[in-house]
Amino acid sequence: MFYIHCPYCGEYRGEEEFSPKGEAHITRPADPDGCSDEEWGSYLFFRQNPRGVHHELWVHTLGCRKFFNITRHTVSYEIFETYRMGEQPKVTEQSLAEALNKTRKEESV
Amino acid sequence: MQRYSGFGLVKHALSHHENWQRQWRNPTPKKRYDVIVVGGGGHGLATAYYLAKNHGITNVAVLEKGWLGGGNTARNTTIVRSNYLWDEAAQLYDHSLDLWKGLSQDLNYNVMFSQRGVMNLGHTLQDMRDIQRRVHANRLNGIDSEVINAEQIKEIVPVIDTSKRARYPILGASWQKSAGVARHDAVAWGYARAADALGVDILQNTEVTGFKIRDGQVYGVQTNRGDIESKTIGCVAAGNSGVLAKMAGLTLPLESHPLQALVSEPLKPVLDTVVMSNHVHGYISQSDKGDLVIGAGIDGYLGYGQRGSYATVEHTLQAIVEMFPSFSRVRMNRQWGGIVDTCADACPILSKTQVKGLFFNCGWGTGGFKATPGSGHVFAASLAKGEMHPLAAPFSIDRFNTGALVDEHGAAGVAH
Repeated sequence: MFYIHCPYCGEYRGEEEFSPKGEAHITRPADPDGCSDEEWGSYLFFRQNPRGVHHELWVHTLGCRKFFNITRHTVSYEIFETYRMGEQPKVTEQSLAEALNKTRKEESV
Repeated sequence: MQRYSGFGLVKHALSHHENWQRQWRNPTPKKRYDVIVVGGGGHGLATAYYLAKNHGITNVAVLEKGWLGGGNTARNTTIVRSNYLWDEAAQLYDHSLDLWKGLSQDLNYNVMFSQRGVMNLGHTLQDMRDIQRRVHANRLNGIDSEVINAEQIKEIVPVIDTSKRARYPILGASWQKSAGVARHDAVAWGYARAADALGVDILQNTEVTGFKIRDGQVYGVQTNRGDIESKTIGCVAAGNSGVLAKMAGLTLPLESHPLQALVSEPLKPVLDTVVMSNHVHGYISQSDKGDLVIGAGIDGYLGYGQRGSYATVEHTLQAIVEMFPSFSRVRMNRQWGGIVDTCADACPILSKTQVKGLFFNCGWGTGGFKATPGSGHVFAASLAKGEMHPLAAPFSIDRFNTGALVDEHGAAGVAH
């Protein structure tokens, strides 16, 4: 059961109010007519599908009905952050790895 | 391999069942194999078995990071059917159903395949039109499928609520008599035992950590037990296929989702067939042990955690109680999740890749168990010849670029 902070409503709500909509930050081709079959295929169907940190699109279906993004771990299901459309994630696979290395170094000191 | 028989059972009873042979060996990995199959679930083991049996390729290794059949093979709701809409899918699944019929004898292992029939309910006029269309398509493909009305449903399943009072009244169903269920663990174990007897090395606790690729040709894998060489590698890793693909520098048109199922406490016999409903979104059968086996749709978010959300379980049970009000006070015993790899068109991927010698068999999504023998059979033929088997050819990865999708959401959307 997820407890999700909607960045527009500004509060935590239960998962049932939300619907997941797949990978975030996929840009529609700017020139659809100029796209090759491979470009269309990868836009429509091919996904990162990571086992780890995932940036994904959700919609607050039974609330404000706005789309927003979540950064979530796909194994532990931990939600790291939620952010509005058009914004960039603060937590990434790389930033998490760096933070982990830092704590390890501090511990070893 | 010690053959199983009634006589053998009596013989072993005399020695207090203490001298049974191990079902398969636990070999140390060789340096080199003709074919490596990555993934020791039902599909992977079936692939290895048919490689050895039908193609004489016995220098084969099956690499499994955990234990045999510990993934989706052990987590599904064991339904076997072939009433798919499109020719490509119907032929593949019906090929599989044909193999199911003789599987216990073939493997000398009781997979408890029980052709008790599968019913797909229709609750609206549009449901019934879709069912009619699918049944007609099935019959053209030689699949035994028929449309039955509410009274016939009630006759087959007396406990179901076909009254007009229901919130979603049952109007009719498609009915495939030759469909049914099988014992999932036995399928993995039976294939493993039979493949092992033919010389296949089954390597458990052996996790692939990378592929060795030179000039676009794969020549081996790195594992936690050292490097193993092979120029033909078949990946059959279900939910984790994307992780393997990434190691080879590939992306797949897949999303991995949790799919949950649950079983009730054991009951007296009450349901001797399989009932599925796309509309209220749930399916149910009763196992030989007496527990009701229940499942429904995936959790919508990406997940590798082998667990999903409570809301999905609640939704599933609402559907079951809608169809069977008398089950409302049955207590549930266990609930679990598996990781299913879903494609946009609800059909599998059986395909070569850009890397020569590296093949993928994945994307079976929510309905792979029924296809276990067929999938292994055609994938083994493809690995042996280096060219995709005609039944597998329409399921190439290329279809996501060319647009030649095989849309089976009607037959596979909920029905698994």
